Amino acid sequence: MRRMSWFNATSLTLGFVFLYLPMLILVIFSFNASKLVTIWAGFSTKWYGELMRNEAFLDAAWVTAKVAVASSTLATVLGTMAALVLVRAGRFPGRTLFSGMIYAPLVMPEVITGLSLLLLFIGIGLDRGVLTIVLAHTTFSMCYVSVVVSSRLVTFDDSLEEAALDLGCSRLEAFLLVTLPIIAPAVISGWLLAFTLSLDDLVIASFTAGPSATTLPIKVFSAVRLGVSPEINALSTIMITIVAVGVITASLVSKRAAVKRRNEEQAAGRA
Amino acid sequence: MEQHVFAPWLNPDEKPLIQFKGVTKRFGDFTAIDNQTLDIYAKEFFALLGPSGCGKTTMMRILAGFEQPTEGQILIGGKDMRAIPPNERPVNMMFQSYALFPHLTVWENIAFGLKREGIPKDQLNARVEEMLRLTRLAKFAKRKPHQISGGQRQRVALARSLAKAPKLLLLDEPLGALDKKLRQETQFELMDIQEKTGTTFVIVTHDQEEAMTVASRVAVMDEGRIIQVATPADIYEAPSSVYVADFIGDVNIIQGTALKAGDGYDIAWAEGRAPLHSKREGDGFSPTNGASVALAIRPEKVSISAEQPSGVTNAVKGRIIDIAYLGNLSTYHVELEGGQMIKAQTANTRRLSRRSYTWEDEVWVSWTDTAAVLLEG
Ligand SMILES: Nc1ncnc2c1ncn2[C@@H]1O[C@H](COP(=O)(O)OP(=O)(O)OP(=O)(O)O)[C@@H](O)[C@H]1O
Ligand SMILES: [Mg+2]
Repeated sequence: MRRMSWFNATSLTLGFVFLYLPMLILVIFSFNASKLVTIWAGFSTKWYGELMRNEAFLDAAWVTAKVAVASSTLATVLGTMAALVLVRAGRFPGRTLFSGMIYAPLVMPEVITGLSLLLLFIGIGLDRGVLTIVLAHTTFSMCYVSVVVSSRLVTFDDSLEEAALDLGCSRLEAFLLVTLPIIAPAVISGWLLAFTLSLDDLVIASFTAGPSATTLPIKVFSAVRLGVSPEINALSTIMITIVAVGVITASLVSKRAAVKRRNEEQAAGRA
Repeated sequence: MEQHVFAPWLNPDEKPLIQFKGVTKRFGDFTAIDNQTLDIYAKEFFALLGPSGCGKTTMMRILAGFEQPTEGQILIGGKDMRAIPPNERPVNMMFQSYALFPHLTVWENIAFGLKREGIPKDQLNARVEEMLRLTRLAKFAKRKPHQISGGQRQRVALARSLAKAPKLLLLDEPLGALDKKLRQETQFELMDIQEKTGTTFVIVTHDQEEAMTVASRVAVMDEGRIIQVATPADIYEAPSSVYVADFIGDVNIIQGTALKAGDGYDIAWAEGRAPLHSKREGDGFSPTNGASVALAIRPEKVSISAEQPSGVTNAVKGRIIDIAYLGNLSTYHVELEGGQMIKAQTANTRRLSRRSYTWEDEVWVSWTDTAAVLLEG
């Protein structure tokens, strides 16, 4: 391997320091024994203990987990269905419009998405709570799922599904027995992506959460406004860990699948 | 014992297994299949032959049910197929790309169609084992498709489509990727399977030699139309048009105008030269006097000699331009006076026989009055 020039090395270091120094400080201070956030007074895990006894935080964590699992599952189903239509249906009137509309929420300011969902829920008289957050998170994360799954479907060989039909499958069986197992890695990484998106969303959740249900990011945000406590640092460290594990798993799953597919394609090409 | 000739298409009482009735298929405003009518009979080995893009795959896909005809009707076993989805047709297709399921093993690929039928487990196992034996794949049953060779993959695809013992098997260029030896082996395997199981085969191929080897009948297609349907021998010996003659094998074409003479035609082909005589017309072709025609002669029917041959109807003088040595055969390219090129093929029977002719030699080419077919020019 070629050695990096000092310029490249410096740029890389600066970039990573810029990205990760704040988080690193947060993680370090979550193990601080002192109550004062900015003064180091020795190593301790007591704030993690405190956190475990804080009912409000635990409630919020439970809501967040429920919302994340429910919304990412729903988003995966809907996003996969949308991807199937977009990739498979060929030309139909309004196709361009439809595909544009699927991806629009990706670039839409979250404030606007949140506000419009809030207005909708008020309009149809839906009490804000876990359900509304789930619906809101499903709305924006299904776009991400659809992007991930359709990029896999583009290279999916349609004749595989035709072969399944030919051998006696109904359309649904062909999808469940052939297409789904083959695109599973993309679907799984879509789910993980939706899960982490839901986990760290603040803006949309604050529009659609009600007094009966608060998510962790909202809780953290409001707690910080009253001053940063080491407990928050501990909580954030846990969240960073969960999100990091989610993202790394998603990318590993899709990378492994890509490598495997490339090997298979090369093997096929050699024939 | 009476020799039984398999030719159900000659028997008016025989019911065809497959009927295309005025089938047209359009993609947008492009016509891929143009108002075609075709009967294929049970137990046939029917070959579709034609240049790339002429609509062979489309014909297969219509039969399998992946495409609906824009106009016309498909019948299988006398039953209209319009409302029948692919999974309910008595048809299995072997895809050109094999379309093996990458997430399943060879065994599971072959068992896939049988499992959908819900047959008892021991019968299913027995059938899969039988298919594995037939295609000599038993050793690879546990492997995934990407862990076997191309030829083995092709046999898995074949086994998978055969496993359900369909009435009708569609093979889209099934041997395209194989080397010559494996290809010939598999051709014989296919014919053997066909004999044993009585399945009707429709096979698409680019390779005319393959079509000639395996087929009971051949359909030559061009731009969405079937130009001629006949046995391989008839296609070769009695092509119905210059297109077919040129597509199947090597052929010499001489353009001219016809004049009725005796029991055949005299063809005026060059200014100031004696006319050529021919007694064979293509199917249903009877040129009027002065009609422009094409004379099609296979190179192996053209003799070559140093002296003017006697007692042969057509003999023309020329000069050897090129000699192609093909091992068992030699092809001489002879330029006739006036510029017309004629290929003459002779068998090399004696090893290293001294070549009797060489470049620039003056020679005579000749053929009988039944060697050439008179076609619309
Ligand atoms: N889905 C489609 N949409 C538009 N045109 C199509 C479609 N499928 C086939 N065609 C066109 O129809 C014509 C016939 O195609 P087909 O696949 O039947 O050719 P083929 O004879 O099988 O050719 P090859 O020998 O190259 O496989 C081609 O010109 C092709 O471009
Ligand atoms: Mg084709």
